[in-house]
Amino acid sequence: MALLKSVFGKVKKGLERTRDTFASGLRSMLLGRKLDDELIRDLEKRLIQADIGVQTALRLIAGIKADYKAGKMTRGEQVLDYLKSELKALWPEEDRRIHFADTASTGLPTVILVAGVNGAGKTTSVAKIAKSLVDDGKSVLLAACDTYRAGAVRQLEIWSERLGVQIVKGQQGGDPAAAAFDACDAALARKVDVLLIDTAGRLQTQDPLMRQLTKIRDVVARKIEGAPHEVLLVLDATTGQNAVQQAKKFSEAIDVTGLFLAKLDGTAKGGVVIAVHEAVGVPVKFIGVGERPEDVEPFDPDQFIEAMFAE
Amino acid sequence: MFDRLSDGFNSAIKKLSGRGTISESNVREAMEDVRTALLEADVHYEVVEEFTENVVEQAKGQKVLESLKPGQQMIGIVNDELIRLMSQGDDSQPGIPRVSPGPTVIMMCGLQGSGKTTTCGKLAGYLKKRGRSVMLAAADLQRPAAIDQLETVVQTVNAEITTGPAARFYGEKDKAAEYGKAVGVAVKVCQNAASEARKAGVDTLILDTAGRLHINDELMTELRSVNKALSPHQILLVVDAMTGQDAVNSAKAFHEQLSIDGVILTKFDSDTRGGAALTVRKITGAPLKFIGTGEHVDKLEEFHADRIASRILGMGDVVSLVEKAQQEVNEEEAEEMAAKMAKGELTMDDFLKQLRTLRRMGPMKQLLGMLPGVGSMLKDVDIDDKQLDRVEGMVNSMTPEERKSVKKLDQSRRKRISTGSGTKVEDVSRLTKQFDMISKMSKQMSGVGVKGKVAAMRELQKSGGSLPGMEGMPMMPGGRGSTKSQSPKRGFKKRKGGKKRR
Repeated sequence: MALLKSVFGKVKKGLERTRDTFASGLRSMLLGRKLDDELIRDLEKRLIQADIGVQTALRLIAGIKADYKAGKMTRGEQVLDYLKSELKALWPEEDRRIHFADTASTGLPTVILVAGVNGAGKTTSVAKIAKSLVDDGKSVLLAACDTYRAGAVRQLEIWSERLGVQIVKGQQGGDPAAAAFDACDAALARKVDVLLIDTAGRLQTQDPLMRQLTKIRDVVARKIEGAPHEVLLVLDATTGQNAVQQAKKFSEAIDVTGLFLAKLDGTAKGGVVIAVHEAVGVPVKFIGVGERPEDVEPFDPDQFIEAMFAE
Repeated sequence: MFDRLSDGFNSAIKKLSGRGTISESNVREAMEDVRTALLEADVHYEVVEEFTENVVEQAKGQKVLESLKPGQQMIGIVNDELIRLMSQGDDSQPGIPRVSPGPTVIMMCGLQGSGKTTTCGKLAGYLKKRGRSVMLAAADLQRPAAIDQLETVVQTVNAEITTGPAARFYGEKDKAAEYGKAVGVAVKVCQNAASEARKAGVDTLILDTAGRLHINDELMTELRSVNKALSPHQILLVVDAMTGQDAVNSAKAFHEQLSIDGVILTKFDSDTRGGAALTVRKITGAPLKFIGTGEHVDKLEEFHADRIASRILGMGDVVSLVEKAQQEVNEEEAEEMAAKMAKGELTMDDFLKQLRTLRRMGPMKQLLGMLPGVGSMLKDVDIDDKQLDRVEGMVNSMTPEERKSVKKLDQSRRKRISTGSGTKVEDVSRLTKQFDMISKMSKQMSGVGVKGKVAAMRELQKSGGSLPGMEGMPMMPGGRGSTKSQSPKRGFKKRKGGKKRR
């Protein structure tokens, strides 16, 4: 799989800034240092500034404090090991690959539904996934079901032209569920491998829009057996603790199977996925590390954390 | 959160009761909760530290006011300090000042996905309503179809906001290029737009620039060139209200490069606590001008520090609740309903209508969360809106005659209704009993003053009554007459009252 190639280097590259500001800082702050109250306070600050969530940070700090008081933890190196193992433990072995349909025997396409709040980066993420699937030799059909936002359908259409993939477009202002319905028909008729559905951005508090999303999912499920095989929630890496609410509400509406953590190429630490994982338990499947369609990588918790801590 | 904070303050300060002043160590202890609250609301760590330090300074040595509990007094100090921080030094002139000779040039900037283009449309609508002629220029040549989007936005503004002169659009679609290739072209487009705006004699020109990462040197340079070439009168930074700790980095970078004149916070209709507001205000020192509260083109409000302060502290937002109610409740209907209740003529149909109105306002948990003191209690409670579905189902299974008079509901009718709605006979019985109690109560209450109403509500709660369908939800500990004992039904009435007074 093209996606899995040269993963480590690219993840590291994407997380360079994260490393610069958080991890290497953390290392230089911890290595060779004797543990004391001030250091613990500094540590708490770093963790919270990475958006990993106040509760998670406080829990980690409480663990360190307890060991410190009991005299079991005295050196910075021990703290680093402790943090690494604790954070990795948050990501148990889970299938982080895309669940594909058994297209070879059933003839049915894999359906991937992509959702998220406004401005999270859904359409760009859809383009990125499409590119990696095409690179992988799969035939892809894009479904532009964001019939609400002005220019959204056109935006995806431009991507389809650039990437050379087929597209089914919903009518601006039309029913997105109807567009999804047509897209399923088209995917079956054209016998594509993967149907990739882009939906309109919606805030998790907008109840009617969340129900509309459920409807889109249900329509897809009725049209194609076993679909949708993946339901991806696109999260903006700069988002704070509200990401937890997003993950909860979207999971309630459409049973999210994975996260696409977008915009990890900024200064945002992306630590919010840890808070999200604690709350909802959904794995991160991809990270977006740039603005070009090839700037996508599968998420690997080991490497994610390793890259955060690496020199 | 409000209750937790208040309780924390009370217990910490009680320890030194008798001394009559608030001591530093006690305040510090109590401030830990405030610190957590602010961090959970995504206020930046450093800002939180500085803030709590300020509050401690202010609070220590203050006399404990006899009229207030020390906890409430502390909340007051915290709240005032938040409001002060978010509004200090703001110009007396809200909105967008007008420059003569025109056009007033506004440049919008921000990260990708913060909502610049949508906000451009809202701002144009805001100005249009105030009689100003606006031109929107598409300077985002990066994102595919961004120019199309802005053009459509302008059409929407003109279609939906009918007062004021029509907004104009300026765009050069042939200049749109693949990502990275259009850098520099934006300056030319903006200059063309400015001369076009002058020619057309418009009052205000809004430049919709491309979203960019604050660490993208090339694109930040482009913004600086636009700034240099056009010297916009206002540079507004658009910030997603859901932003976390990183808000500090982007705000700093944009401010350093462009010297921001104002901030617009978007997506405030999410359930974010919005701590980024405080962070960005602190970093840029620029006034928070507007907040975006919905996708619709007229969902742009002037910023009110007091409301956002209580939201950041998790103190509930009664004002928003009343606003939501006003959106949904038709005044005449409300009056009619009140009259019916006074006469004790409330029918199941009326009840169903009320229930549906209430539900249109959003999920129950979200609504209740806006009430002060309820929010924190709801944190881990799972409120099942399906219970309300069942209530609707039961009412729907009643004949029109039965809906007019629940007394008609004998055992066999109840059985039929339960079968029709997929519920149990007991459920139907409970619903009718509670409905009966509520209609009696509302008749009584309409004749008495506020005190009597509270007493009547307490009576209702003691007898175990609440909004039908809400029983079994562990969210409303009864008795004591504190805010905690507010039933949702009472909250609804209160809102209706607010509506009437308006």
